[in-house]
Amino acid sequence: MPRIRKTPPGVDPKLLIKDAAKLLPDPARRNFLRGSASLGALALLTGCDIVDGVSAENVLRRISHFNDGVQAWVFNPNKFAPVYFESAITRPFPFNAYYSEDEAPEVDGDTYKLEVGGLVDDKKRWTLEELYALPQEKQITRLVCVEGWSAIGSWTGTRLSEFLRRIGADTRAKYVWFVCAEGYSNTIDMATALHPQTLMAFKFEDDVLPVKYGFPMKIRMPTKLGFKNPKHVIGMHVTNKDLGGYWENQGYNWFSGL
Amino acid sequence: MTGLAADIDRTTTHAESRIIHPLWVRVSHGISIVAMFVMIGSGWQIYNASPLFSFTFPRGITLGGWLAGALLWHFAAMWLLVVNGIVYLVLGVLTGHFGRKLLPIRLRDIVADLRAALTLRLSHDDLSVYNAVQKLFYVGVILAMVIVVASGLAIWKPVQFRELTLLFGGYDAARYVHFFAMAAIVGFLVVHIALAVIFPKSLRAMITGR
Repeated sequence: MPRIRKTPPGVDPKLLIKDAAKLLPDPARRNFLRGSASLGALALLTGCDIVDGVSAENVLRRISHFNDGVQAWVFNPNKFAPVYFESAITRPFPFNAYYSEDEAPEVDGDTYKLEVGGLVDDKKRWTLEELYALPQEKQITRLVCVEGWSAIGSWTGTRLSEFLRRIGADTRAKYVWFVCAEGYSNTIDMATALHPQTLMAFKFEDDVLPVKYGFPMKIRMPTKLGFKNPKHVIGMHVTNKDLGGYWENQGYNWFSGL
Repeated sequence: MTGLAADIDRTTTHAESRIIHPLWVRVSHGISIVAMFVMIGSGWQIYNASPLFSFTFPRGITLGGWLAGALLWHFAAMWLLVVNGIVYLVLGVLTGHFGRKLLPIRLRDIVADLRAALTLRLSHDDLSVYNAVQKLFYVGVILAMVIVVASGLAIWKPVQFRELTLLFGGYDAARYVHFFAMAAIVGFLVVHIALAVIFPKSLRAMITGR
């Protein structure tokens, strides 16, 4: 690889690296500075004036936001993610989270009540028994992780679109925001929320969803990367405001569609 | 190739007979350097998040600092790579540039030129004419670029473009295709850069055109 060491005119490399590093969590920032990471920043920003506030972080964030729009445009509500036979299921199915398996939150199924809010007619809270009584379907699909690996799993649950209909949600709203027991959260676009394969999953491989896979409820979307599929969901809000999410706020692409 | 475009290209070539690489080739080449630098550097960091093989790339030669940073770089520079690539391919066909410079590639010539190259007797007097080995290399790297972009699209959108993903043998297989296409491009770059250093005249021609 050629190493471009020439600094573009009008760009203070120290400032530029500082700006680029802002995007990263602390341990990564140090590595960012040490590595050759800043070279690309210099190469791409030729001609941009740092003083005017155009930083590497802003440029990348803006392009990522542009990519959200492109992905929303590419998203076809009638396009189905491939489904598989039972024999294709990955066993053991990998556990993945920002905490270790024994730190997964234990939600008490007896006292659990799903909170529903925002632009909906009926804000009554749902017990697990009431949720289990909703029509359910099984779906064997591929979970694709943002890290690159993938695994095929079997989830059973209620279509989110059906649930949104029952609570009288304003489906012209832009987003659905999920809140999780461990403090995780994320926001998805309404088009994905209404996709027929988007499930409120209560079961994994025909058994009650184990703690490690998100008891009591995981929102399973085979049209989005794994981290956009929240586990241990305790709250759901229909909103016109993008409320972000745990990983999205740290720099992962917001739409993250497949 | 269309007659008019070819005429313009030929006229230009004739008028500035000393121009070895037309301006659009040089600009596209320059953009490619930036795009490939960012795509490969960030791609290595992304690879490290879930390695396909028993090795990872040293952090110092990767771009982005961590996975999210690398993904931001990768999905930004992809536009540069794709737009530049499309413009290059369209102009290459329309101006007849590909037809004149890169074709035909004959097996006989490849064998003869390869032998000459290995015995250090390959002529570089006329930089505007590619020998058979060069042609093979350049056509090969263009194909590798097309494959790297198509397999990248298959990994990025395995649901929306599921037919494309299937063409590569599914999501997991497409990751391997993406990796090997990258490896082919890196292999090309090693030879390409080494030769540009050995023959600085060729490097100058790609920058100034002469």
